[in-house]
Amino acid sequence: MNNWVEIGPFDEIPRQGSRILKTPFGNIGIFRTLDDEVFALRDQCPHKGGPLSQGIVHGKHVTCPLHNWSIDLATGEAAAPDVGCTTRYDTKIEDGVVYLQLGR
Amino acid sequence: MKEKLVLIGNGMAGVRTLEELFKIAPDHYDITVFGAEPHTNYNRILLSPVLAGEKTIADIILNDSGWYKEHGITLHTSSKVVDVNRSAHRVIAEDGTMAEYDRLLLATGSNPFIIPVPGHDLEGVIGFRDIQDVDTMLSAARQGRHAVVIGGGLLGLEAANGLQIQGMEVTVVHLTETLMERQLDTESGKMLQQSLEAKGLNFLMTKQTEAILGNEHVTGVRFKDGLEIPADIVVMAAGIRPNIELAKKIGLHCERGVVVNDTMQTFDPRIYAVGECVQHRGLTYGLVAPLFEQAKVCANHLARYGIGRYPGSITSTKLKVTGIDLFSAGNFIGDEQSEEIILKDASLGVYKKILLKDDKIQGAVMYGDTVDGAWYFQLMRDGTDVSGFRDALMFGQAHLGDSGHGGQNAAAAMSDDMEICGCNGVCKGDVIKAITSKGLFTLEEVRAHTKASSSCGSCTGLVEQILASTVGDYSTTPKKKSLCNCCEYTHDEVRRSIVENHLTTIGAVHEFLEWKTTDGCASCRPALNYYLLAAWPREFVDDPQSRFINERAHANIQKDGSYSVVPRMWGGVTTADELRAIADAADRYEAKTVKVTGGQRIDLFGIKKEDLPSIWADLNAAGMVSGHAYGKSLRTVKTCVGSEWCRFGTQDSTGMGIQLEKMAWGSWTPHKFKMAVSGCPRNCAEATIKDFGVVCVDSGYELHVGGNGGIHISATDLLARVTSEEEVKEYCGAFMQLYREEGHYLERTAPWIERVGLNYVRNRIVDDDSGRKLLYERFLESQQVFQYDPWAKEVASSKRRNTYIPIKQVS
Repeated sequence: MNNWVEIGPFDEIPRQGSRILKTPFGNIGIFRTLDDEVFALRDQCPHKGGPLSQGIVHGKHVTCPLHNWSIDLATGEAAAPDVGCTTRYDTKIEDGVVYLQLGR
Repeated sequence: MKEKLVLIGNGMAGVRTLEELFKIAPDHYDITVFGAEPHTNYNRILLSPVLAGEKTIADIILNDSGWYKEHGITLHTSSKVVDVNRSAHRVIAEDGTMAEYDRLLLATGSNPFIIPVPGHDLEGVIGFRDIQDVDTMLSAARQGRHAVVIGGGLLGLEAANGLQIQGMEVTVVHLTETLMERQLDTESGKMLQQSLEAKGLNFLMTKQTEAILGNEHVTGVRFKDGLEIPADIVVMAAGIRPNIELAKKIGLHCERGVVVNDTMQTFDPRIYAVGECVQHRGLTYGLVAPLFEQAKVCANHLARYGIGRYPGSITSTKLKVTGIDLFSAGNFIGDEQSEEIILKDASLGVYKKILLKDDKIQGAVMYGDTVDGAWYFQLMRDGTDVSGFRDALMFGQAHLGDSGHGGQNAAAAMSDDMEICGCNGVCKGDVIKAITSKGLFTLEEVRAHTKASSSCGSCTGLVEQILASTVGDYSTTPKKKSLCNCCEYTHDEVRRSIVENHLTTIGAVHEFLEWKTTDGCASCRPALNYYLLAAWPREFVDDPQSRFINERAHANIQKDGSYSVVPRMWGGVTTADELRAIADAADRYEAKTVKVTGGQRIDLFGIKKEDLPSIWADLNAAGMVSGHAYGKSLRTVKTCVGSEWCRFGTQDSTGMGIQLEKMAWGSWTPHKFKMAVSGCPRNCAEATIKDFGVVCVDSGYELHVGGNGGIHISATDLLARVTSEEEVKEYCGAFMQLYREEGHYLERTAPWIERVGLNYVRNRIVDDDSGRKLLYERFLESQQVFQYDPWAKEVASSKRRNTYIPIKQVS
């Protein structure tokens, strides 16, 4: 089922940073890495629900600002030895615009 | 085609080298391992608890056969290597198995020294080296009664303890009159002997063995003075000798051990050696921490990186006899130039001795209270000048006012359900379970797996005690601490590189210093951002993406993802208009809590990120600026009212405080920087726990530095006395500038001053007049670039304002 939502221009996402997509059921963080890949995760750390979108992005990870858990942007998994996972979403870029696949 | 690596010896040093190798070059070699024992790699240090019945063999296996399979290692157990053809590069085992190598690693360990008296080869005379020995001892304990242990050193006492717990009547025989004389002095040796005698061990001191009696099996021991005692088992714990039989046979240069250089290479460039079989700079090692250090260096060279160097190790030891706390490190015997500091309380069973030479710790012995052992050891390794805190040295690292571990300083006395880490709610049992089930060896590993000691750090001493008593040998953190896992360089090395090579961006640093990761991590990016800022204030473009969220968003993130806003309140003084503006903002932006902070200003909680630019604009309109409550920067200058109002006030402390705040606000520092000015020595502004504190006196101003409240409470040291307000500002600016240029990122002033020494700071700030003025000048120059209100700057830029709001909202 195709559920692509237009997010906005790719340039509006800071490199090594993120912007937030606000939804009725919570926020989603749209992340951009140093080499311009885009990822999307539920903006909730599997540890204590911290806003991942506010963390420092490095490589293909983001470090949660609350207690420093490192989350893999592609899978949503916490880095060992921490255990936990947050929902990930598919994204695509077309003509400089970012789209996100919502829902299941 | 992969190169071939053959490892001779399946023990801790050799296998650790493989583990280190897998971390950096996992696919470089096809690996074959030959081990003489039938087991996979196990923790030999923990044989003592196995003997004592506190652990099983299964508990001490470090790498099971699955691990070897997983890494594609061909393992030959019960396969002793008897020859190596060095020109054909071929290893030959006893049973004829052969393996070719491109690189060969010798890790043949050591053999127990069996004293060559008659009867030494009787059945029942063993060393205490491997699982086989433990099995022999346990079976002897089941059948026989008397055990004799020859050698009252670390190993001998652990063997004796274990045999006694298994029900044997144990006598320890020792050549000299002090047990463990390589680690203990006479006093502590006596205390140890008394404790062990109370447990039921017998001691024959200054006794020399003449012969071991018996026909095929041992029956007794005779000493040179004629005394004979019965024995069903004799354990030789009289020392170990590097196992160099094979090395000598194949023509490698050996002295007491296989001689290696700083890269762990033998005289044959294809052959490396690590562990107990090695002799490095004239020394051999029988404890695990040095061997792990060697393994790391050796792996670096096997992986062809070519940059590791092993300079040797300073060691510490811990006796693993449950209920006895004993720690020793370095040289504690001393000579005419050395001094001793001794604390002895016989009733409490405490004896501590620190040996100093030229104001540096040479060695330490601790019996009964070992919580500070690791701290003394670190001071010793770092060669720290302790003259600044010599009077408090013996009382340990825990400071008055430290909180979070309930005042405990002996982990051994704690039960498993007692909380050890107050920040993270970790109890002793959790730590022990993690160590044993996950095979942890270092403090860093315990921190990563349990979170204990990973937040404020005040329970570190306790965690280290648990580590040492659970694991055996304590593997301390390395002397040179690198910036983070992304590189091997220290803070100072990175800083120097930035300046010497004129690196002006984070990317340039990553490239020049060959960072291991693409763009660093959450630890090093902010550190580099700071170092670049400090080095090139006019050139460097600050990178908000490399700042922790608080500094990026200029507000303090709270646990629910909202932020708190703190406008600056100069010297803690406000006006009715300002209060009205703050109250209006609290109403308009629906602040959930309004609170007065410790820094003498007001904090508004529960502000949404998207509202930040607006609330700032409102506060700016009322003439207020950012309080930098979130930054590694100047925080506040607290004051008490001085001569303006107070009947005791000697100077205008409030006015002085406001001047200092106006001068220094907006500056970035290695860690948060807090000041205070008190109007008289009653010190109502608590200036003596501030990074820079001023206490006004009748004749002028006392300047205090290096106070940190909080985790490790440190009171200030007096830096100087000055007579004018202008001098106060000059000294303050100079001190801040020195701290900014030389402190490590995230190092508060107290540990910074401890590291470089108060004398150094005094030389630079007080004694060197022209130097001080130059530092002050540089501070003021930097302020011309950095002193601005970040709130106003964010509000003024629509691009920056955008980053505070969601990119999109869907319904």
